[in-house]
Amino acid sequence: MIKAILIFNNHGKPRLIRFYQYFAEDMQQQIIRETFHLVSKRDDNVCNFLEGGSLIGGSDYKLIYRHYATLYFVFCVDSSESELGILDLIQVFVETLDKCFENVCELDLIFHMDKVHYILQEVVMGGMVLETNMNEIVAQVELQNRMEKSEASDQ
Amino acid sequence: MALKIVKGSIDRMFDKNLQDLVRGIRNHKEDEAKYISTCIDEIKQELKQDNIAVKANAVCKLTYLQMLGYDVSWAAFNIVEVMSSSKFTYKRIGYLAASQCFHEGTDVIMLTTNQIRKDLSSPNQYDTGVALTGLSCFVTPDLARDLANDIMTLMSHTKPYIRKKAVLIMYKVFLKYPESLRPAFPRLKEKLEDPDPGVQSAAVNVICELARRNPKNYLSLAPLFFKLMTSSTNNWVLIKIIKLFGALTPLEPRLGKKLIEPLTNLIHSTSAMSLLYECVNTVIAVLISLSSGMPNHSASIQLCVQKLRILIEDSDQNLKYLGLLAMSKILKTHPKSVQSHKDLILQCLDDKDESIRLRALDLLYGMVSKKNLMEIVKKLMLHVDKAEGTTYRDELLTKIIDICSQSNFQYITNFEWYISILVELTRLEGTRHGHLIASQMLDVAIRVKAIRGFAVAQMATLLDNAHLLTGNTQRNGICEVLYAAAWICGEFSEHLEDPMQTLEAMLRPKVATLPGHIQAVYVQNAAKLFATVLRKHDGETESQAAQETSQLLIDRLPLFVQSANLEVQERASCILQLVKYIQKLQQKNVEVAEEVTALFAGELNPVAPKAQKKVPIPEGLDLDAWINEPPSGSESEDEKPKAVFAKEEPKHSRSRHTEVDEKELARRREVRKQEQASNPFYIKASPSSQKVYDAPGVEHIPVVQIDLSVPLKVPGMPMSDQYLKLEEERRQKEKAERKKKEKKKKREKRGKERKADSGPESEEDITPAHQVDIVTEEMPENALPSDDDDKDPNDPHKALDIDLDKYVPHCRHLQFIHVLHIVMCRNEFFSKTEIYDFRRIQKKMLCSIETRLNQLSWFPVQKSSKHKKKKQKKEKEEKEKKKKKRHHHHHQHHGDAGGEDSVQNGTVEEEEPLPVSQSHSVSLKREVKVYDIQGNHQDESKVVVSVIFENKSDSFLKAMEFNVLDSLNSKLQRPEGAGAHDSLTVPFQLPPGVSNEARFVFSVQSIVMPQKLKGTLTFIVKSDESSTHEKLDFKLHFTCTSYLITTPCYSDAYAKLLESGDLKGSSLRLEGINMPFHHLLARICFHHHFSVVERIDSCASMYSRSIQGHHVCLLVKTSDQTVSIDAKCDEPSLLGNVLDEIKQTFSKC
Repeated sequence: MIKAILIFNNHGKPRLIRFYQYFAEDMQQQIIRETFHLVSKRDDNVCNFLEGGSLIGGSDYKLIYRHYATLYFVFCVDSSESELGILDLIQVFVETLDKCFENVCELDLIFHMDKVHYILQEVVMGGMVLETNMNEIVAQVELQNRMEKSEASDQ
Repeated sequence: MALKIVKGSIDRMFDKNLQDLVRGIRNHKEDEAKYISTCIDEIKQELKQDNIAVKANAVCKLTYLQMLGYDVSWAAFNIVEVMSSSKFTYKRIGYLAASQCFHEGTDVIMLTTNQIRKDLSSPNQYDTGVALTGLSCFVTPDLARDLANDIMTLMSHTKPYIRKKAVLIMYKVFLKYPESLRPAFPRLKEKLEDPDPGVQSAAVNVICELARRNPKNYLSLAPLFFKLMTSSTNNWVLIKIIKLFGALTPLEPRLGKKLIEPLTNLIHSTSAMSLLYECVNTVIAVLISLSSGMPNHSASIQLCVQKLRILIEDSDQNLKYLGLLAMSKILKTHPKSVQSHKDLILQCLDDKDESIRLRALDLLYGMVSKKNLMEIVKKLMLHVDKAEGTTYRDELLTKIIDICSQSNFQYITNFEWYISILVELTRLEGTRHGHLIASQMLDVAIRVKAIRGFAVAQMATLLDNAHLLTGNTQRNGICEVLYAAAWICGEFSEHLEDPMQTLEAMLRPKVATLPGHIQAVYVQNAAKLFATVLRKHDGETESQAAQETSQLLIDRLPLFVQSANLEVQERASCILQLVKYIQKLQQKNVEVAEEVTALFAGELNPVAPKAQKKVPIPEGLDLDAWINEPPSGSESEDEKPKAVFAKEEPKHSRSRHTEVDEKELARRREVRKQEQASNPFYIKASPSSQKVYDAPGVEHIPVVQIDLSVPLKVPGMPMSDQYLKLEEERRQKEKAERKKKEKKKKREKRGKERKADSGPESEEDITPAHQVDIVTEEMPENALPSDDDDKDPNDPHKALDIDLDKYVPHCRHLQFIHVLHIVMCRNEFFSKTEIYDFRRIQKKMLCSIETRLNQLSWFPVQKSSKHKKKKQKKEKEEKEKKKKKRHHHHHQHHGDAGGEDSVQNGTVEEEEPLPVSQSHSVSLKREVKVYDIQGNHQDESKVVVSVIFENKSDSFLKAMEFNVLDSLNSKLQRPEGAGAHDSLTVPFQLPPGVSNEARFVFSVQSIVMPQKLKGTLTFIVKSDESSTHEKLDFKLHFTCTSYLITTPCYSDAYAKLLESGDLKGSSLRLEGINMPFHHLLARICFHHHFSVVERIDSCASMYSRSIQGHHVCLLVKTSDQTVSIDAKCDEPSLLGNVLDEIKQTFSKC
């Protein structure tokens, strides 16, 4: 199971947060801060797994992250997920964003948090991996956007 | 109206949207909080407007603010409003907001049930998808209970997009509402073979999650997963399945054996690292489960280790990390194969990546042996010196201690070396683990008797140089070590060379700056040392030394008497008085040494940490009973009988007596303060540590100042390296001696004296330097063996530990899967003429997984299986005796049914209640909807029965035909043109061990009475040699409950319905119901398809509707253990039957 997905930038500013277990808002912020603290002090050429974010879960949980330019994508997962699999999934997610936003950059995430959420919803649902095929994800996202557009033009 | 719309859209033009909000926040970097608070005010205004577009925009902005840490739960109701918009655009915004901020404590969630149900059944798949996604994040037990059926229907939706979402969300539903697992499971299992790979992957995902927590319940799926593993090409699915097998193999070693080959093939063939890695992991799990008593799989181990070595040597840090991680799993069972890669692992200790260093450290733990322990620890000590950053250094420290102390100091051959390692570790500045070192020191000194002399000498040096440890920082964790040092010196003071000097060191004024609990130990052990000194000088008349010691104590102890710490104070003043008294006796030349020593006589033995827990409670002792009668009084206002009160709320009643109210406490405190103020003997609080120095008798003690310029070099401390060298020399010498002896032995040919006969380098040959006697920890006599302290009682997954194969009579009434579970058995141990009760057969078939696996040809049958079968037969016979009476009944019954006794070979029949849980449920609901439009009422009386056929035999079953003897009231729907008695062909064949589901539609005329239909299933059993035609009889039980559909009802409509007076009443009383009220309601809802209209305390109104439109209303009340149900319905006989069925449900629990 995936317990949380966090996206924040090099300064620790959250760009998207998605918890699959309830935490109060202040706790969520604390988790973001702690995770940022753990992740940001690591070099880019060290491994992408981290044990012991004490706030989320216990020893069974791992932080798996990728660093792209100005953004960190962090998944907090338990031992039922394959480490390398989740790394691939992050890659799929980012590539999907790239396709949907056409050369995605941090600004896209800043101004379209809702859209990023909708894309993520097609990849992960309730903490479980829903779809890993990028074409399928993009197709579903686009169909929904088209629906939204047709509703807007009806008005 | 038109104007209003125009006005609304003009307003909207001036509203901020999400992008404006983000831009605004970015432009107000200085006063962000202020800006956001004005934005929130605006949002509040927007939420007050009627325009749903404005509201949705506001909610969207709130979702953003929630991410920034603002609590937006105050807008929960508005979020629900936006969720229920008919437009997808707004609905999606609403659900997103809900999924970000709703949780179990959100009270408006109750309002969403019907909206979500509506969205789930929406014709637009994206409405359904959005609802499912949202629900997956905020599903509560209530929602799960109410919506389980709807989601279950969606699992068979025509669109794969919906199916996969519905399958995934079922896991969340199971977690919140475990009762749904059993009925939903067959369909979930069916989805494993869904044509859509996404749905299949989702089903695998869910079952893997379920199986991870309670693997034994899913062993029976192993053949299916095995098939998937060998056929699937989707790496995601493969990884999940392989991971699942890793969890299953420990339970079934034969599965492991079967797995090794395909997994090895995958390892060789795959190019995906993730898959390779999981394969290696599972092979390791298999090897671990096989490790006992199996022929060696050294080839597989070698393969794994070899692949892992490649991973570890890879330049990709991720692979390196995972390689080490997997290596540590092999280590547990096959340490030898890992130890050969010691070089590689030690190399990883130098890696720049901390995660990798920590993994390597973990591995070292398992790699030590008597031979290499000292060498490895030496290497680690070097790293300790080099390590920057306290966390990693602390980790190293704990690892060193773990490595050395593992399995009762198994690998330590020289305890002098270990003590000196511990002493060296005390030099670490700023470590948090002082207490860990201290406890090791204590442990070793207490349990290894031979080392005490050495340990005491070391500790004495440590105490003498205490100033080096304490340093300047007060909160230095390392001073904990002094606790151990003082205690060891005191307790084993007979080993001290110069107790007087140590005593002096322990009473230095600087000690007063140590934490209280350490001072207390100092004081107490000073007394022990005092006793030792006295005994040393025993017999010397007018001993100067003894008297000097008393004087020293009398001079120094007052410092501690003034301590702020009560423990120190108390001990110091006791001992001070004691010493004063002794001094008087000494002056009179009385021999005191013996009596003082007697104070500390006897040895303290180590006690195991769990010893206290293991003391069995003596018979006749009731720990919960009152020792004195609880004071009565003030309870008279409670109307409830006393027994109930005491039973239900013991905590409350007990705490009441101890609680004194706040005012009273404050008053007492005030009185006490005044008392203290006027009492000249009361010492007022907080003597600061500085003040301590002014104490009388301190100034004239010469305090030696030691130069602190080289703090790390503790004078006189032994270096552990020294011991390493010594030990090596010792071993060399021993070896040489042994060789000599061996030669001698050879010459003399007398081999009896020596036991060890292996090569000179083997483990056993390294003898400890001392005659080490490791004292084991004490346990109480007749300690209880139970040891399950580790299980977490709050684990939500515990509730999902449901044996899915077991037949449970309750689920007969389950709503959705109307399953008729037909098990076909054809095993030689069922003799031809015997007739068995269905349940007995099933029980036997499922009695244990092991037996069943014997019966399935899928697993290689072990030789012992014959034996088992015999045993089974025996059991069977015993059961038979018990059931003789019932058998009789069966036979009679049979006669009525047409003399089926005479049917040929191997026929298994069942009579009596079948595990039929049927209803028309969900799938019917959709039909109802369709026909509503067409106005066709006839078809509302259709019932769908899903039947699961499971082949439990080891033969292939085909040409199955299903037939039911129609009654006047209920008829099986047959294809047009078919005769009224024709059978329906089941559209599939069943290989051994496989199950599949088929659905049959029945038309029902009257639904007011429950009824049973007799049916027959005929099939051809095909085995290698022959094929035979066989048949199986069963009964379908249509309960009245199964004609009810869960239909929501609002309280106003409900009230109107009751007022209308069309309904006739009836009532039911249930006694001795011992379950919480909400469980009771859940049970009625679940088993009898009701929904709760309103609930107030211990009273609830419920509603349901029959497929023919009868209203059924219940008013459920509970008090004590009695439940009364007042019911109303427009069809009295239907009502009577439903009530009977409810009664039956509760009589079973």
